[in-house]
Amino acid sequence: MTTPSPSPPPDLASVRRKLVLDSLGIILSGAGFGFVYGLTARTVAGFSPIDVMAMSFIAFAGAAQFAAIGYVAAGVPWGVIGILTGLLNARHILYSAAIAPWFRGRPFGERAVAAHLLTDEAFALSIAHFRRLGRFDAFGYWFPAVVADMIPWLVGSLAGVLIGDAILDPERLGLDVIFAAAMAGLAVVLITGRRELVAAIVGATVGVAVSLAVSPTVGVIAGGVVGPAVGLLVPAATSGETAPIGSEASADRYGPRHAASEPPEEAER
Amino acid sequence: MSAEYVPLAIIMFVFTYPSRAVGLLAPAIDRLPRQVLAYLQLVGPAVLAALAAVDIMVGVENGESFFKIGLPWLSVVACIAVVWWRKNLFLGLAAAIVIAIVGRALGY
Repeated sequence: MTTPSPSPPPDLASVRRKLVLDSLGIILSGAGFGFVYGLTARTVAGFSPIDVMAMSFIAFAGAAQFAAIGYVAAGVPWGVIGILTGLLNARHILYSAAIAPWFRGRPFGERAVAAHLLTDEAFALSIAHFRRLGRFDAFGYWFPAVVADMIPWLVGSLAGVLIGDAILDPERLGLDVIFAAAMAGLAVVLITGRRELVAAIVGATVGVAVSLAVSPTVGVIAGGVVGPAVGLLVPAATSGETAPIGSEASADRYGPRHAASEPPEEAER
Repeated sequence: MSAEYVPLAIIMFVFTYPSRAVGLLAPAIDRLPRQVLAYLQLVGPAVLAALAAVDIMVGVENGESFFKIGLPWLSVVACIAVVWWRKNLFLGLAAAIVIAIVGRALGY
């Protein structure tokens, strides 16, 4: 009598290679988006290079920074800008809760710093990496958060505020589509089953509808709340779709080589 | 060189950091019921898709939202198709940018 052989563990090197390849697109996106931000902040709101860099490093909140430029130009009080920023970034509560199980057992200081770098891009790349691997991998968070996201964002912001005037029309270079394309592409990376697909479609639909009726800030949050709720109503196509994140069954959804071995709480740190 | 808006950056940080940190720093939030974890697993695709859709479909002028159609739709659809097909985000973004550049050069 033979016992079933266990699934081979995921190949760390190949999973990391996939992460780095995916990060190339985000590096391009972050630099381009940051460039447009730096240029816009200078020309629309009169930000100095110090203002732009402080905003990009301290707030580090791409879309909210763009919104802040409009608020400043419109003379909105700073306290109100802070509240609006908080609302626009409320989606990070969901990201933070979703990624928390993977950080179980990590030092408090590491989690505190990681929180500041938890952007749309860092979340999407790192959680896809953890799922493929089936466990936490420090490289899988810090590489996308710092190398693929923060550094290109800072460099792009600085270039935009310093030399942006030399580029007459960023739209002609396609820089204005980078953000939307990056968000859509990252969503596709995270879609591995019917439930994610439905959540994404419903999230987008609700997001647009509520944005038109109320405001884009409320629309994005509404899409992010309603989309997953509807997605949960969809019967799972496979048992893996309902398996806990990090389990072998859930890891099977990420390709034949991505069999995981341990749930996050038992994974090797 | 002016540093007039540095305090605003700090205010924005104060209003942003808690939402990023609550899950990672709050005790026991990672021991949520299975159904809640399943919900959270779907948050990423939903929020990212909403961000993309709102960015290309909704414009704001004088505080009023309006529906817009334009070349970015084609760029984003191309990006989605390439990422879905090739499983490569970099290629998807490159396709989106090329379409935007060519489209604008043609006057769209």
